[in-house]
Amino acid sequence: MKQIDVRITNDVGLHARPAGEFVKQSARFKSDIRIRNATRPTTGWADAKSILSVLALGVERGHTIDIMADGPDEEEALQALQNLIESNFVGTD
Amino acid sequence: MTSKLVGIPAAPGLAKGLASKWDPQGPEIPRFQPGDLEIEKDRLAKARRTAAVQLHVLAEGVASRTAEGEAALFEAQAMFLDDPALLARAEAAIAKGQNAEWAWHEASEFFAGQLAGLPDKTLSARSVDVRDMSRRVIRVLMGEESPYLIDTPSIIIARDLAPSETAGFDASRVIAICTAEGGPTSHTAILARGLGIPAVVGLGDAILEIEAETLLLVDGANGEVILDPDAGAGEAFDSRMSLERLQRSQQVAAAGQPALTKDGHRIEVVANVGNAEDAHAAVSSGAEGIGLLRTEFLYLQREEPPTEDDQYEAYQTIFEIMDRRPVVIRTMDIGCDKALPYLDLGKEENPFLGWRAIRISLSRPDLFQPQLRAILRAAPGHDIRIMFPMIATLEEIRAAKAAVMEAREALGREGQPVAAHLQLGMMVEIPSAALMADRFAREVDFFSIGTNDLTQYALAAERTNKRVAHLNDAIHPAVLRLIRDVISAAHAAGRWVGVCGELGGDADAVPLLLGLGVDELSVAPPMIPQVKAIIRTWSFADAAKLAAQALDQDTASAVRGLVRDGKGRK
Repeated sequence: MKQIDVRITNDVGLHARPAGEFVKQSARFKSDIRIRNATRPTTGWADAKSILSVLALGVERGHTIDIMADGPDEEEALQALQNLIESNFVGTD
Repeated sequence: MTSKLVGIPAAPGLAKGLASKWDPQGPEIPRFQPGDLEIEKDRLAKARRTAAVQLHVLAEGVASRTAEGEAALFEAQAMFLDDPALLARAEAAIAKGQNAEWAWHEASEFFAGQLAGLPDKTLSARSVDVRDMSRRVIRVLMGEESPYLIDTPSIIIARDLAPSETAGFDASRVIAICTAEGGPTSHTAILARGLGIPAVVGLGDAILEIEAETLLLVDGANGEVILDPDAGAGEAFDSRMSLERLQRSQQVAAAGQPALTKDGHRIEVVANVGNAEDAHAAVSSGAEGIGLLRTEFLYLQREEPPTEDDQYEAYQTIFEIMDRRPVVIRTMDIGCDKALPYLDLGKEENPFLGWRAIRISLSRPDLFQPQLRAILRAAPGHDIRIMFPMIATLEEIRAAKAAVMEAREALGREGQPVAAHLQLGMMVEIPSAALMADRFAREVDFFSIGTNDLTQYALAAERTNKRVAHLNDAIHPAVLRLIRDVISAAHAAGRWVGVCGELGGDADAVPLLLGLGVDELSVAPPMIPQVKAIIRTWSFADAAKLAAQALDQDTASAVRGLVRDGKGRK
């Protein structure tokens, strides 16, 4: 099991389109992937493959998120998701 | 038993029909103990597939018609529909013995509730989309097609109507609207006037307590609703309705002619328009032009700001419909009461007193310049006038004019054709602008008085707050005095003045505005024939006398009383 911390620096946080990209990317991996809003930790861990759960974390610009992956492709998954966030959700398709 | 409810007149007209309770939640969601849980799982799976196809068709249909932002809404709903956590939750509920409809409803509500509780407005607004998606699946499960289940023309009874709830409104089946809440400038009232449907708002909870399919007589102009009329009342109403129909058809027949008073004074009657459909309606109802083209439709419900080319195309479409008729186009008028993901509007204690409209445009040239460039590019060959909203100070109007100059020069350098001269004007909707109208008249070609906001600011009564709705009557003498001052300052400088607020379509106010010397009235397209007809029944001299008396009244209701007596006197 691996975990990373990532700061959301894109302009709007995890709103509809970026959250959609994030979920689509997560769904490509076999591993169980979870995400948490570290700035608002009371929201708990959410399934990174569920758009509704990700939106419900209320991740706004400047928030920090934790991502945890567990499974055969956990390292690749975390790398891919980190890249996605750091690229501000551009050029993912 | 016959009884009568009195509310606030919102849209004129008479209607007789059966009450239909408007429930945006749709019909009651069935809840039962299914015999076979596997069948429920199957039903849900099939309904989700059908809903996915519907959403796909909707997204494509919308994308081909309008801005892509709306298509994104349906695409987002399709993603929600596909959510594995939502499905797992619903299937778990079925496994516990729930039927498919109830299981899906509960699972969706769980997530909708979580989203609705988020502090970020853009995110919390997504709960509406989750609920829409959920209702779609439930309707499929119940074998229902129409989104709001109005199958026979009926009178809609609701607490209030929000824009998100009326998006799927089938106007051809609604003969009147009665709401418990809302004021004369609420969404319900504006919607009803735009559709030409009689409406009474602010009827109180009593209207919600009536049984569905109660026979109702609705008098929109007087704000009266009669429940369960006896035969006599029904017949009297029928004859009023046939008289009204006759008048209406005469008014429509004459709507193409200019509006001249008996003594030959002319007022231009033009339309308030929010999209291309409205523009078609304006032309066919006899509008001499557009007095207010709202551009907000381009900015709402999308993830990114509209590009210059998006705007150019949308404006050109509307300008072409209007051909050579004058069009007053208002630059973006949005504040933090609307959530725009691409614009960090933040949260404000008083959105109507905050960062909105021209205040945003002036501080965000990256938004303002594309809009101005799009207007200037689409203008050649048409009579286009640009108007700025929410002007409070002379610095603002000067800066806005400089921004137009900048856009014009940039287009010139790029070799793009630009209209030679455009009139530039401003909304007068802030008391400071009304009081300084003589100074503003040196800066602009025209004023358009936005009576909704002018009333809200002059009487310090927020338009959307139902507890102060009674204060929000634009016919108040204080508002009329501001209008008088604006008109006299404008005319002294040779400028023209229009009125584009809801007051312009208020039958009581038309002779007053005429008498105060307004040059142009801009109203919802269906109101045009009636407004022209009212103008024709007055002489300018009589209207001016009436207006002078109105300015001397103590209260808004005294002004209304005066006008209604004046009508009898003619």
